[in-house]
Amino acid sequence: MATFLGINLFGLFGQLLVGLINGSFYALLSLGLAIIFGLLKIINFAQGAMYMLGAFAAWMALNYFGINYWAALILVPLVVGFAGVLVERFLLRPIAGEDHLYSLLLTFGIALVLQGLFTQIYGASGQPYSIPDALKGGTKLPFMYLPDYRAWIIVASVVVCSLTWYMIEKTRLGAYLRAGTENPAMLQAFGINVPLIVTLTFGFGVGLAGFAGVMAAPVYSVSPDMGSNMLIVVFAIVVIGGMGSIGGAILTGLGMGIIEGLTKYFYPEASTTVIFAVMVIVLLLKPAGLFGKEA
Amino acid sequence: MTMTKPRIALLVLLGLLAPLVIYPVFLMKVLCFALFACAFNLLLGFTGLLSFGHAAFLGTGGYVTGYLMINTGITPELGILCGTLAAGVVGAVYGKLAVKREGIYFAMVTLALAQLLFFVYLQAPFTGGEDGLQGVPRGFLFGLIDLTNNTYLYYVVYAIFLFGFWLVFRTVHSPFGQILKAIRENEPRAISLGYNVTQYKWVAFVISAALAGLAGSTKTLVFQLASLNDVHWHLSGEVVLMTLLGGMGTIAGPLVGAGVVVTIQNYLSGGELGNYVSIIMGVIFIICVLLFRNGIVGELQRLIKRNFG
Repeated sequence: MATFLGINLFGLFGQLLVGLINGSFYALLSLGLAIIFGLLKIINFAQGAMYMLGAFAAWMALNYFGINYWAALILVPLVVGFAGVLVERFLLRPIAGEDHLYSLLLTFGIALVLQGLFTQIYGASGQPYSIPDALKGGTKLPFMYLPDYRAWIIVASVVVCSLTWYMIEKTRLGAYLRAGTENPAMLQAFGINVPLIVTLTFGFGVGLAGFAGVMAAPVYSVSPDMGSNMLIVVFAIVVIGGMGSIGGAILTGLGMGIIEGLTKYFYPEASTTVIFAVMVIVLLLKPAGLFGKEA
Repeated sequence: MTMTKPRIALLVLLGLLAPLVIYPVFLMKVLCFALFACAFNLLLGFTGLLSFGHAAFLGTGGYVTGYLMINTGITPELGILCGTLAAGVVGAVYGKLAVKREGIYFAMVTLALAQLLFFVYLQAPFTGGEDGLQGVPRGFLFGLIDLTNNTYLYYVVYAIFLFGFWLVFRTVHSPFGQILKAIRENEPRAISLGYNVTQYKWVAFVISAALAGLAGSTKTLVFQLASLNDVHWHLSGEVVLMTLLGGMGTIAGPLVGAGVVVTIQNYLSGGELGNYVSIIMGVIFIICVLLFRNGIVGELQRLIKRNFG
């Protein structure tokens, strides 16, 4: 047993890994929320339900149509993203001018419907989804055993987050997006189809949740309440990080995952509450959030 | 449909006679949730703050009352008082944190804080974990009146509800309530007029939390049970729905909304339709937001004003 200063290194790195994996999902989900918030100024309460939808879509694709994990990884985010496009176009746009509380309540209603629907069809218990064959192995590192699929989650999530960041901060399309965040009326005046950008942005943000759902299917059991539990933690993370910056959302997500993992090792009783406790501290010291811009 | 004296008297009389016709336990459930929704409406409807964690206060009231009733044998009125105070204290702390942020951040902060408390209650030694506190004795009111009798208990619950309802009514129609409305309508203006907006929001939050705790304490006494369901985010969502459906910012709306939602739940929960509750709630949410933003009472008021006003 490798120990250092009385710390069981196997245990510690194991929990750190779990923390990084949770953090990968937090990062993907809060990134989606931040992108949607930037342009639409709304919080998508259905983001967790869309994540659940992604996991179930992957499960259904495999069991009903024989579509494997890798194809699902591409297809499901598109399908979920398209569902998001429909939601934006037909439900959110009619109330776009109203108080933002209404859009929040509307997306909460969507989340309830989706969760209830899947509970009704598949029951509250989880469905198993096996790890794809190519990633079934693992690597033995000097201080821990690293299963391939877990490494893949971290790599894939970091790559997707980085690409998204690059697209928003460095490309022309991203420039439209940022301009829309600052001043949509001005952007429209320049001849850009802002409503289309808004719809696609919502679809993209929701698609990220769908992508996270597919990735999560083999590690967590695919169950109707997987999204709501995740979402509340992600909300706390969003409050901690503030939604001012895309990079901030990613970093806070990963960082909170690591903090959660460390807590699981050193003081397991607090592992479910530590992120909320961090949120309280941040609210006291820096109410706008670590990366927040508003006063 | 303003609250004139004869109308109020008629409503109070209806409440007094209701248990002759309707099963009292069902009525008590409606009254507890109506009080909960009234407390919530003070915040959402009259101050413009959407709390998504109000179950935390209902649950705290319930747990404290349940624990004291089981372990110390105090009388129910003291148990309820302690539960209400405890919820008020939690509300004071959470309120201080939550009013630092606005709008949707406020909703997220309250939701996260409530979830924090959910996990605390899940692990704490005095809440009975997953089982909750079962078999809470109803006791003797003032040491005299046996509350195991549902009819007696109904009138106690009714009195508590009327008190809470009156308190919200008085608060809304006081100078303090006018300032809350000013904050709802135009916060920067209220600030520029010299009001300490944060302080006003906080006081409204504490009143609302304490009243939610009162509802939770009373509910624990009625059902002799305090459980994790009472602090779950589902319940926080339900109270939003009751208020939205009934009509936020109206005095009677939460009562109507609570009646409708509790009726739907009671009707469905018995059979195999139990899982549909969540779907139906979700659909009502969507319909309310898209077509029905003033809620039942709000729309009725508008109709009456248009046709008879």
